[in-house]
Order: sequence, then structure tokens, then C-alpha cells
Amino acid sequence: MSTPIVAAPEGFSLPDDQRRLIKWTIYLGFIVLAFGVLNGLDQALNYAHIDVFRFFPGMRTYYQGLTTHGVFNAIIMTFAFANGFVALTVARGFGSKLNSGLLWASFITILVGTVLTAWAIVSGKASVLYTFYAPLEASWPFYLGLALVVISTWITSLNLFVTLAKYRREHPGQRIPLLSYMGVVTYVFWDIASLGIAIEVVVFLLPWSLGLLKGTDPLVDRTLFWFTGHPIVYFWLLPIYISWYGMIPRQVNGALFSDSAVRIVFLLFLILIPVGFHHQYLDPGVPRSLKYVIAVLTFGVFVPSLMTAFSVMYALEIGGRRAGGSGLIGWFFRIPWKDPSVCAQVLAMLAFMLGGITGLMNASYSMNLEIHNTTFVPGHFHLTVGTAVALSIMGIAYWLVPYLEQKELWSRKAGLVSSWLYFIGVLIFARGMISGGLAGMPRRTAISLIDYPEPHAWKLAGILIGIGGSLMFAGVVVFFVIVAATVLVGKRVEIADIPYSVTLARPQTAGWELGLDRLRYWIAAAVVLIVIIYGPFLASQFPLRLNIPGFVAF
Amino acid sequence: MNHTAERYERFFLIISGVFLAGFLVLLAYTSIHMKIMLPGRVGVIEPRPGEPLAAAVFRTAPFNHLGVKKIGPDDYEAVYFAQAWAFFPRQIEVPVGARIKFIATSVDVTHGFFIAGTRVNMMLLPGQISEETYTFRKPGKYLLICHEYCGLLHHMMHAWVIVK
Repeated sequence: MSTPIVAAPEGFSLPDDQRRLIKWTIYLGFIVLAFGVLNGLDQALNYAHIDVFRFFPGMRTYYQGLTTHGVFNAIIMTFAFANGFVALTVARGFGSKLNSGLLWASFITILVGTVLTAWAIVSGKASVLYTFYAPLEASWPFYLGLALVVISTWITSLNLFVTLAKYRREHPGQRIPLLSYMGVVTYVFWDIASLGIAIEVVVFLLPWSLGLLKGTDPLVDRTLFWFTGHPIVYFWLLPIYISWYGMIPRQVNGALFSDSAVRIVFLLFLILIPVGFHHQYLDPGVPRSLKYVIAVLTFGVFVPSLMTAFSVMYALEIGGRRAGGSGLIGWFFRIPWKDPSVCAQVLAMLAFMLGGITGLMNASYSMNLEIHNTTFVPGHFHLTVGTAVALSIMGIAYWLVPYLEQKELWSRKAGLVSSWLYFIGVLIFARGMISGGLAGMPRRTAISLIDYPEPHAWKLAGILIGIGGSLMFAGVVVFFVIVAATVLVGKRVEIADIPYSVTLARPQTAGWELGLDRLRYWIAAAVVLIVIIYGPFLASQFPLRLNIPGFVAF
Repeated sequence: MNHTAERYERFFLIISGVFLAGFLVLLAYTSIHMKIMLPGRVGVIEPRPGEPLAAAVFRTAPFNHLGVKKIGPDDYEAVYFAQAWAFFPRQIEVPVGARIKFIATSVDVTHGFFIAGTRVNMMLLPGQISEETYTFRKPGKYLLICHEYCGLLHHMMHAWVIVK
């Protein structure tokens, strides 16, 4: 009855050289993550008034550590993981190898970009945080490095498109396999969404840091940054959705119920690129009408996440009932909780529900005034990118690293310990951050060094942040021990394939569903909406006033 | 099985849609009826060629007269500028129950302007003027902090608002 959702059910394995490149791209992400989370621990302890960051290797100030934490974890690690993981799932879906030259180019580009960015940060010349708001002025390797990191994602998308074109030539009239479809749409979406930050960095900030431009226009820079800066969270999230849709149903012995629903979810993310203006709700110089319109669209982008919640929970329920679970929620306890990959990702989903609710609060037009730039915001996004994404990546690694290495996972039990430590940690951490934010505790601030009396309500919040953050850190340490042990001393086994899902019904070969695969029309729709929403405001900023000089006291 | 799933999904999406629509109605209610407004477009500060931004700020009204000014029977203006790493004036005094219009700008980098425990919350961008009106209902000593990273001593940037 069940139909595999990938095109090549007879099995397929990537050529060794391509598998190795994908492996090293993902490992680059893990290495960067290790430094990023190390600098997360000192941030968390800082809120509890434990000032340790000056003892951290290469880090002289709190803000240098915070820049490392944000840039490494949220930008480089996520991009490296997406470049490797999505390339693998797309190739598997098509049952076709990728272009080796483009794989090499993407890996070298992100590697050089990472080295340049890291060098700028460690040398203390780029403590501008991962939002790098002008006129804070970092040294040029920082901007050049980030540009290369973004370009590596474009090279990866080129690779996916080349592979898609080849598939269409060789399989005329066939649907795009779902597993590949998700990856391709993710990268199409990101190519368009990343244009804002690319223009900001390449046209304005990089020439400015090289002395070719005298100044910047902070409002235009912020607007270009946040054009990408909210959609970027979906570029973090969509590779995880590929796992939640494409692998988790299989891992829990369930099934996806609808092929088309998944495609619609990914297309909705593509079309709704102009979302998330809450980052700029409190900016002067932006008309309220623009803020209001994007607020409504932001609520719209919640729909695909609700559809995902339904599909994924339904898949879990099928698996749980097949394992003998009954009743309204009895099935939930029968899914394979002992499988660290499932455990980590289901816990990540639970955290994502809280993350989604707090995200809606951030986006709520007037409510944003209460919490803007308070610790409520990092409280929210450590539940989303910090758990829904990061903990899922760890969960995926529990089958991905063994697959890439052809070695057995070193310890399944340790994987469970890591997942639960991290999950319990983030709940305590986020509780502290959210309550502190509601009491006015500012984010991105060295609380252990403030020179005014600390309001009472911040103190308990700070202690919870310190405890929760330490537990999260312990969870990640266990994760790295597992990965290292698997790579170094894991038992050699043969793992033939990745765990891809099945759908209950074969994808339609006639009817309206075929339109879901005609990507160029959906791309056109996305571009039109962007022009309508952002066009008038950006046009009103011309002629640009690049008259604000740089500032380097950090 | 497939059919049931589709029915459930439709039901789930309709409920979600109703919730989201309800949220949007509430947002409209808070902004239109309760008049909780986000900052909008106020004005820009244009330095002349070669003129430092700070000089342009100090010759532009209302920043040529910092501090609190009574502009009506129950209306006040509180004019600030922000500079790494302090607000000027460092302390103001305003009466309980009066409408206070906070007007502020930055002379160097992006700063935040946030009075903890209130919804006076805005970003200050160099070259842009920010404005927000608020009424304090309780007397007390309120903490005004910068909540956007602005360099090495960002965490020390604060001022006080005394409400009597």
C-alpha cells in the first residue's frame, strides 16, 4: 500500500568523494557550533552575575563572546548544516549524484568565509554582534567572510538546480520526488530571501569598511538586514522540516498522510518572504502602515507551521498506534522514545510549540512594545532556533553521522541523556529569559557589569538563565562526546540508506497538484509580493543619504 | 484513513484560522481603540556637507533645548539625545498622570530607549527622530536603559525618570 516518497526506492548511494564533501561541510558546522556553545555558557552565567568571559580563550569582552555565539551558531553552523544535509536529501530523492565541482566550490567558500569571519572576531575588530548594525563598523574580513558564507549557500542551490534539471530531462512528465522538492524549494526561498543581506553587505558595508564609502544610512541598512533577517529563521527551520516530514515518520514507523500538503507548506514559506517586521516595529522613519501590513502577513506565515504541526503529529500518532498505543494521547508514549534521534526531535517539537506562541507575541503589533529588545526575545528564539533547530540537528546527527562514517553510533543511551539535559535546560533557561524580559531586563547586555541597582525581578530570572544555560551546555558536551567517539572508535557497520518516509497515497500524476511543481510561477508570485510590500518604502529612501560615519569603540 | 485525516486537517486549520483572525482583531482593537501606537515617521536630521552629526542635532529643534518642557495644561515634552554611553539629560522629573511626549535621537550609533516596566520603548537611529507618548500612573523612580548594543560600555548606559 505504502509508496516511498523518494524516486529511487531500489536504493542509491552517493559516490564516496561526494559523501566525504557533505560530511566535511556538516563537520565544519559542528566544529563552529562547539566554539559557539562554549561562548553560550559564559553568556548564561553572566546573567547569574558570574563573570567568566574574560577567562575564555581569545575572548576579551562580553560582546566579543556574544558576537561569536551568534555568528557561529546561528549563521555559520546552520548554513553549513543546510548545505550538507539538504544536498544529501535532494540527491537521495532524485536518486542521482550531485555535481562534484559545485560541492567542492561550496565547501571551500564556506571554509574560507568561516576563517575570515572568525579571524575578524577573535582579533577583537568585529564585536558588532550577529546583526552588525551600522554605524558599528567591523573590519573588512568580517563582512567579506560573511559574504562568502552566504555565497556558499548560493553555490549549493546551483548544485540542486543542476541536479533538478538533469532529473527533469531524464524523467519527462514525472513529479519531483517529495524529498527533493522540499530541499529545492528551501533553497529557492533562501536565494530570494538572502538578497537583502547580500546587498547590504556587498554594496554598502564591505566597500565602507574598506574606506570606499564615507558613511552609511543606518535605516536602509537595517531594512535590508531584516528583509533577510526574519526569513532567515525559516532557512534555519526548513531543513529541519525536511527531517520532520521526510525522516521522522519512517523513524517512528508511521507515515505521512498527504504529499500535497507538504508541498503547499513549503510554497507558503516561499511566497510569504516579506514577514517578520517586528524587528523594526520600534524604528523611527518607517511608516506605521508598512509595519501593520507586514504584521498581518507574519500571522499568515503561521499557517504553514500549523499545517506542519498537524501532519507531523499525525505521523507520530500512526506510529504510536501501530506500537499498541491507544486512547486520546496514549499513542504519544508508545513512539520510540528510546531512539535518541526520535527523542531529540520530538522534544525539539515540544519546545517549538512554546517558541511559536512566544513568536506570535513578538509579532503582535502593540504587544511588542512590552518586550522589544528585552530578554523575552532570546527566551523565544532559544526555543526555536536554539532548540527546535539545534536539538533537531543533534537528533539528525544520531543517524547521519553513522551513515556518513559507516560506523555504529557510539552510545544510544548517551544520546537520550544529552537530549533530556538540553530540553530540561532550555525550559529553565527560557523561563528565566521570558520572565526577565517581562520585567524589563534588556537583551545583549553584560548584566554582571551594570553600574545601576538591579531591579529585584531580574535576579531570579538571571539565576534561572544561569542554571538552564549550564544544563543546555552539559547536553551539548555529551552530544560532542558521542559524535567524537562514533567517528574515532565507532564499530564499522554497513548502513545502506538514509531513513526516508513513506506517504499513505502516491503523489497525483494529474490535476491541480501538478501546478505545485511549476516553481517558476510561485517564484514570480513571491517576487511580486516583495515588490508591492517593500518597493514603495525603499524607493522613498532615494537618494540615499550615506552620511553617518563609522563607530569602532568596542 | 486518508479521508479521515483530511477531514481532521481541515477542522484543525479552520480552528487555527479562527484563532489567528481573532488575534488580528485584538491587535486592531489595541492600536485603534486603546491607541497603543508604534513609533512612526517623525523627521530626519540632515548634517550639512562636512558637518558632524552631533552639531546638526544640536541646531535642530527641539534638540536645541533638552529636558522637560510644559506644552499644555497636562502635556509635557521630554527631549533627549543619546550618545555612547549616556542619555542627556541624566535625570528628569515629571508629574503623575500627565501626558509625556518623549522625543529623542542619537548622535553616533543605534541606541535603545526603554523605560523598564513601561511601554516607552523605541529605537534611536542616527539621523532619525523618535517619538512616543506615555502617561505614568504611579509615582516612583523609573529606570531608563539603552537596550540596543552600542559598544564596549553599553551596559552602563542608563538614566532616571522621577515621577512625582
